[in-house]
Amino acid sequence: MQLAMWTYEGPPHIGAIRVATAMTGVHYVLHAPQGDTYADLLFTMIERRKERPPVTYTTFQARDLGSDTAQKLQSAIRDAYERFRPQAMLVGASCTAELIQDDPGGLAAAVGLPIPVVPLELPAYQKKENWGAAETFYRLVRTLAGPAAQARRASGAVSGEGGRKGRPSCNILGPTALGFRHRDDVQEIRRLLETLGIEVRVVAPLGASPADLARLGEADFNVVLYPEIAATAAGWLKREFAQPFTTVTPIGVGATRDFIEEVAGLAGVDPTEVLAKDSSRLPWYSRSVDSNYLTDKRVFIFGDSTHAIALARVASKELGFKVVGLGTYTREFAREVRAAAGALGLEALISDDHLEVEKRIADLNPELVLGTQMERHIAKRLGVPCAVISAPVHVQDFPARTSPVMGFEGANVLFDTLVHPLMMGLEEHLVAMFRDDFEFADNAQPSHLATASAAEPAPAEPAHDASIVWEGDAEKELRKIPFFVRGKARRNTETYARQAGLAAITVETLYDAKAHFGR
Amino acid sequence: MSAAAPIGGCETARPQVRSERGQRAVFCGLTGIVWLHRKIQDAFFLVVGSRTCAHLIQSAAGVMIFAEPRFATAIMEERDLAGMADMHDELDRVVAQVLERRPDAKTLFLVGSCPSEVIKLDLAKAASRLSAKLTPDVRVLSYSGSGIETTFTEGEDACLSALAREAPREAPGAEPQLVIVGALPDIVEDQFARLFAELGISPVRFLPGRRSTELPALGPNTRYLLAQPFLGGTAATLDALGCSGVVGPFPFGADGTTAWLTAAAKAFGVPATKVREVTALKENRARVAISRHRARLAGKRVMFFPDSQLEPSLARFLSTELGAELIEVGSPYIHGRWLAPELDLLPAGTELVEGADVDRQLDRCRAARPDLTVCGLGIANPLEAEGLATKWSIELLFTPTHGYEQAGDLAELFARPLARREALEV
Repeated sequence: MQLAMWTYEGPPHIGAIRVATAMTGVHYVLHAPQGDTYADLLFTMIERRKERPPVTYTTFQARDLGSDTAQKLQSAIRDAYERFRPQAMLVGASCTAELIQDDPGGLAAAVGLPIPVVPLELPAYQKKENWGAAETFYRLVRTLAGPAAQARRASGAVSGEGGRKGRPSCNILGPTALGFRHRDDVQEIRRLLETLGIEVRVVAPLGASPADLARLGEADFNVVLYPEIAATAAGWLKREFAQPFTTVTPIGVGATRDFIEEVAGLAGVDPTEVLAKDSSRLPWYSRSVDSNYLTDKRVFIFGDSTHAIALARVASKELGFKVVGLGTYTREFAREVRAAAGALGLEALISDDHLEVEKRIADLNPELVLGTQMERHIAKRLGVPCAVISAPVHVQDFPARTSPVMGFEGANVLFDTLVHPLMMGLEEHLVAMFRDDFEFADNAQPSHLATASAAEPAPAEPAHDASIVWEGDAEKELRKIPFFVRGKARRNTETYARQAGLAAITVETLYDAKAHFGR
Repeated sequence: MSAAAPIGGCETARPQVRSERGQRAVFCGLTGIVWLHRKIQDAFFLVVGSRTCAHLIQSAAGVMIFAEPRFATAIMEERDLAGMADMHDELDRVVAQVLERRPDAKTLFLVGSCPSEVIKLDLAKAASRLSAKLTPDVRVLSYSGSGIETTFTEGEDACLSALAREAPREAPGAEPQLVIVGALPDIVEDQFARLFAELGISPVRFLPGRRSTELPALGPNTRYLLAQPFLGGTAATLDALGCSGVVGPFPFGADGTTAWLTAAAKAFGVPATKVREVTALKENRARVAISRHRARLAGKRVMFFPDSQLEPSLARFLSTELGAELIEVGSPYIHGRWLAPELDLLPAGTELVEGADVDRQLDRCRAARPDLTVCGLGIANPLEAEGLATKWSIELLFTPTHGYEQAGDLAELFARPLARREALEV
């Protein structure tokens, strides 16, 4: 058993619902107990969708347990087909139904619907939401593009070149329902691809129908926006249709430029003109002198693997922050995150335990946290500025305004998002110079965020080493250090004292440590 | 058994209840934790379940998770299911972890879920074993909030039932007392305490109290009054302890509150003149507050989807005090004994549906096009997008709605969606 107050991912059937809800013409019959319909409100409330998710739940109750549940599932399949007339159907079990082992796939086959029915095996006690989405998408693609793959094999095609002509074309794979900024990322990347003269054939799962999936093989290559969801399907498409897929996630200016070069290479087009245009404001904003004070701001990054890796690059190479911690809850891509952390001289935190993440943040004393909804909560407790850069997110991160994080406009959004929570430059200087102002007090929230901070408790002071005594003057001197770097100064000084074998810390020790470690 | 006869209309006009079975779009009983953990301040709720259970609670509790919460899930994993033997060891370990983080917890509820019920994990046994180990610091109780057994508010019923079983026994010859059953917002609890004091009924105790350790002693001299219609299981537990229940309409609206107080007053031999004396001014004040919303709701056609079992009582309030017309009143269950007075007050011929088949009810809703549909969050926005005004039903549980002083607020909850539609020009 694992104690969880909060989970970064839902169970795998939520991933399957995300795929079904993203698409059109797909219906999902989910064998699940009464109550599991709570999942509907993720889509109707958090994402504010106007339709009910295309999911029929069997909602069995205790009195149905026994042979009755299998029959209940079959009639649910029949009723859902009659009522919704989908072009394809997903059939699967939630965690409880997995325990009663009704074999949804076999039962569905026995109903004999005249449409493709995709049975889903989603081990709810081992796997989680993103895996469920990836598996569902892969199964759908395999089933629906399978006939075309067979025909292709029969015709003896060997490479990707045969038969494709005209404008270079691609599919965009990965965006789903309830995805972090998927709606706007797709719009931004589609625009970018079209500027390069590349035709976008199918975007999937978001907005695609089963008929669209059937013609995925017609494009020249695939753009994988969210590897957590689309990597498995893209791998299969590569094997079956010799379609290469992109490996760069276009988040941040540098990554977007790399992505442009990668797709230009795959499409055989010239990227020079598009790259020559200075299409994002981030580089100038970040170089302008008002951004000077952003240099080496200590930032902790946590999220799904795609966003964590991408934001580490943006933070360190494009905003000049110092990344002091990097981690993910996506175990499937732990290796990639470890590599990205290694490149920054860090050890990645791979964990889905938010208490462990909280402890790491508290230990590192960052000046900014980039994370999920949960890190927002943690940062609030610790009194650290925070921005949300990854799912899971709540309703406020499905904004009405266009807010991609991908492409050049995405980089503009990221500049604003990452800088906004920090205290603005002049105020930061003045707070450090004059500590006793009756309004702009030490550790007050930035005044441009005043309303949000009115009722906040004072941020918690980081715990310190009890074996080392701080002399009164030293403690007083420590308080003169601006609050957002004070925790770090305390720790450095104590480390220094321990290394030097000092039992007590004086004002002199504080400044010795500062000289030793730098800021 | 019942001390007070049903008030109001005649038996023959009571609307018939029709049962419906099919897909149910409702919460499971685990959701009760979201409000119970705020009410019972020294309790911790540990769900023994799956990742789905954890995800459900955090989705339902929304942004409340950030504070050090007084609830959590022990997520069962593959290895727990592979061999049942070590499940209890695992549970002990997780409970120790919880108590280390929350040493202030006085009562720990082990809350059963669908997975734990299906594999027949004996949480009652685990609770008594842990209780014996942790006494006197922590009491460990168990109840089921599983979806296969409980719908939404029935989680509270199961929880209170477990608490009632723990209550001390009344001393022989104890003076008569009144116990109000149902988690009420603190402000409402205080208002009711004042009203009963004015009526001369004392002592009055509340189940649950704000602290799990302060349970009323229960026995044959205890009369209890349900504040919520979904507490049939707790009532049965109290009956088994020798307590007797007072049956009356539920305290929603001016009339409902007076009828509820009157039923209790009758059971305690308080004269009708005294009841009038205590209630007249407050009832009038409630009527004034309600009347501000009457114009907006009078004659409006309202449909209830099943959710919390509050539906018949709220429908009665909308119909008798606000003049709304009831198209259909759905409820997950209707406890006949406790709901009888409410059903008597509903207009003859009201369509009452117990259980659900959500697609069929949606068909009926679209055909009838009500002026206001009271429904869950999974349905509300889709209906709004079809041009139908909705009132999301969960808010009716998360808002103080009982009693005289909240009667206007309760009316306003129903009037607000209509007012908003009038206000919006885009």
